[in-house]
Parts: sequence; structure tokens; C-alpha cells
Amino acid sequence: MSEAGSGLNPDIGSRRGPLWFLAEVTYRCPLQCAYCSNPVDFANEKDELSTEEWIRVMREVRELGAVQLGFSGGEPLVRKDLEELVAEASRLGFYTNLITSGVGMDADRLARLKEAGLDHIQISFQAATASLSDDVAGRTQFEHKEAMAREIRRQGYPMVLNVVLHRRNLDQIDEILQMAADLEADYVELANTQYHGWAYVNRKALMPTMKQLTHAEEVANRWREKMAGKMRIYYIWSDYYEGKPKPCMNGWGTTFIGVNPDGRVMPCHGAAMLPGPPLPNVRERDLNWIWNESELFNRFRGLDWMQEPCRSCDKRFEDFGGCRCQAYLLTGDAAATDPTCHLSPLHQQVRDAVESAEEEPRVMVEQPLILRNAKNSKALREKFGSRPKVADAETME
Amino acid sequence: MSFAADTRVNLAHGMKFQWEPSQNSHVLLYPEGMVQLNDSASAILKYCDGRSVAEVLAALHEQFPDADLDGDVYAFLEDAHERGWIRTES
Ligand code: SF4
Ligand code: SF4
Repeated sequence: MSEAGSGLNPDIGSRRGPLWFLAEVTYRCPLQCAYCSNPVDFANEKDELSTEEWIRVMREVRELGAVQLGFSGGEPLVRKDLEELVAEASRLGFYTNLITSGVGMDADRLARLKEAGLDHIQISFQAATASLSDDVAGRTQFEHKEAMAREIRRQGYPMVLNVVLHRRNLDQIDEILQMAADLEADYVELANTQYHGWAYVNRKALMPTMKQLTHAEEVANRWREKMAGKMRIYYIWSDYYEGKPKPCMNGWGTTFIGVNPDGRVMPCHGAAMLPGPPLPNVRERDLNWIWNESELFNRFRGLDWMQEPCRSCDKRFEDFGGCRCQAYLLTGDAAATDPTCHLSPLHQQVRDAVESAEEEPRVMVEQPLILRNAKNSKALREKFGSRPKVADAETME
Repeated sequence: MSFAADTRVNLAHGMKFQWEPSQNSHVLLYPEGMVQLNDSASAILKYCDGRSVAEVLAALHEQFPDADLDGDVYAFLEDAHERGWIRTES
């Protein structure tokens, strides 16, 4: 599932439990978004947690203090027991969010989820038109998704409409916002692609020009004025273009806890690909131990693990040195300064990528996309192991 | 938004108000977000359940008989409305 920008922004003081729990209940998904944040080798993971296991996990994470629960994936609607999980989450006192593409949804299911206590739905769109939508995500059933967005509003759910932005759809920004307004979204999250997971593999094909980005922001600002009081619009830049890293997860092991379909627990979306201590699994340990004691959750907690230039930088309390997975992906060292930071000695790499997106002429023949599906997942793994590099991806046919 | 004594106040669409033992405070939850509330904010929000402002004030006076709080309550309601926490019906 595309990464949701979390509005959780607590002040971090002393050590405490997580606030935001992302339950990736399955990797199965009818869509194949080329920017999906799932691990590239997801096709290897088969052994999903059972209903009872999820219920135990939810209870334990709630006991740690988490208040927000996002059901994500993959496509969470694929799980037949989703209603049951939502009902239990709701009973436990979580604010329940469903993060979905709308594919596989129908009015009855929405009503049952409502009855189970579902609080909010985030529905993702890939573009403003069916054809572009299909180009970047396989068969997206665009009209069905629109119908479902209408049904979500009709049934009285608050609705966030999420669109991941990139080279191919940025120029549709006006149409995208028109669509969101027509569908009466409460919030629109326009999130420029973060180059992790599948988006990293497809980086060359997805990176936009600076002009596209600033134009899109202008259009978003215009709509924000026009829709004031009706629809809130968030436009989120990519760290590559800003020269400053994101305060990843609000600090490692402070706010976020994610559980993979097979029970592995993550301190951030991408942690599965980091070398070093393996992800602890809910089948082996309880969540209290995992959150407080496990090596992985303590690995980048606090500021002591940092190297220069972060170690002596004033910004370290605000951005925590950026994203650990991105640092690893781009430098080979998970404890390095995130190279999207202009102070990183390896920042030039990111500049080069941004500049080459600029150079390539906007012609009809574009870099082909590698869609997120089991076949490509296996092919990438066979060819390059579980961590393909950008250059490798170009050699796939 | 200016509030009158008969303006009805309710939590905004999608907002949930609850006590969180682990944070030892009331919180307001909304899609993918949360605010931690101080004592006076939670005392007021507790009564924003479709009552009129006059009824909210009456409930608060009963709970805090000695306090002179009307001005503060009006100011808070305006702020809360601005932030999108509450909605109103006349
Ligand atoms: S393929 Fe698309 S819809 Fe499916 S999990 Fe990935 S981002 Fe979400
Ligand atoms: S050097 Fe490190 S702490 Fe300083 S701004 Fe860059 S990433 Fe943040």
C-alpha cells in the first residue's frame, strides 16, 4: 500500500509506547502499482497470520498505548475476516482506518464494516483517468473505484483520497483535484513518490522534473483556497527534491509499529530489507518485548547511533537523521546520514538523479514501468537478490 | 463563527473523544491523527454532544460551581471550531 502521511505529531518526551499501528494484513492485491512501498520480494511471503493471531497482536499493541490502527497491505479487503478484525479493533478502543484501493469493495461490505465500527477510509487513486491509472497499476477498474468513493461518502464515512504523484500523473493534478472535489473527499493527500520499495526499482521512470512539481503545487494551492472549509488538501514534496530528509517515523521506535502479513514486526515501512538483526516475529515473542527489548527496535532509537554530520547537527532533534532504509539503499550503511540531506557527503547522488530527471526530454517514449506483481517480484529476486538497484532494474525486459 | 447560547455543538464528523489511560489524558482522534487534550479542553468537549452552548455551560457550572468560565468556554469553542474539532447547528 502507498505510504500514508501520518498526521500524528506527538511531542516526544520520555520513552513510551507506540501511537500508530499499521497492520499489513496481506500482501495480496489486485493492483500492481509501480510505486508500491511493499518489499520487492513480497511474493516470497505466504504464511499470513490467522484471525486469532491478529486479534492477539491488536490487543497487545493497544496495551502498549497505540491509538490509531491502519488496516493496510496489499489490499486489506482481500482478507475475508476484515470485518471481524475491525470489530475487535474498535472494541479495543482503536481509531480504525482502512487503507484501500477500493478494488474488491462493494456497498454491502462497506455497510458491514461500518457496523463493525470502522471509523475512516483512505482510498487511493492512481490518476484522474482510467487509461493512465491502468498504465501505472495494472487493471485498476477506475469506474468501480469512483463508484466506491461515492458509496463511502454516502454511507457517512470520513474519506481521505490519496494519490501518489510522479512523472506520469503530475500533469493531471488539476483533473485529480476536480475528481476529488466531485467525489466530496474530506481530505486529499497528494504525496509525491518516496523512492523505496517498488518505487526505487522504478525510480528513473517515476522521477518528475522540478517544473512539474512546482506547477502541481501551484495548482494545489489554488484548489486549497477554492475549497477552504470543505476539503483539506495536503501536498507533500519528495525528500529528493527538497534537499532535506523526512523526520522518518517521527524517530525510530517512538511512534510507529508495523506488523507484516506473516507476523514480522517493523519499526518503519522498509525495515524488512535492512541487514542486521532480523525482524522480531509475533509468533515468537510478545509485543511488549518486541517494542521495548528487541535489538531491532533499539537499533536506531534515540540519537547515540548517529555518525557525522548528523551527530553534531542541530537538526538531529527534528529530523532524526532521516530515513534509515533510504540511507541503506543509497549508501550501503543503514546508520549513515540520509543522502537526501544536503549535508550528506553522498548527497550528490541524489542531486544527480534529480538532474537526470530534468535532462530527459518529455517525449512519449518513456522508461517502461516494472509493475508490482508476483512475476516481477520473483524475476527481480532471481536476478538480483532481494535488494535490486536502480541500474539493475533497467536491464529487465 | 460566533456562538450564541442556543447554538448546538457536536464533535465534527469523524472525531472521537476518549480517555487514554496510557497517556493519562483525554484525546481527540481523527483520521490518522490525534491531539492530546488538557483538562479544560476535555471538560468542555465532553459536553459537545449535540447540546446547546447554554446547556454546556450549565453542565460545567454544575461541575465547577465556583468558576467564572463563560468567556473561556466561548473562546475555546471558537478555537475548536477553527481547528475543525467541532461542528455547529443552529
Ligand atoms: S499495488 Fe498499489 S494498491 Fe496494491 S498494495 Fe501496492 S500500492 Fe497498494
Ligand atoms: S546532517 Fe543529519 S541531522 Fe543534520 S540536517 Fe542532515 S540529516 Fe538532519
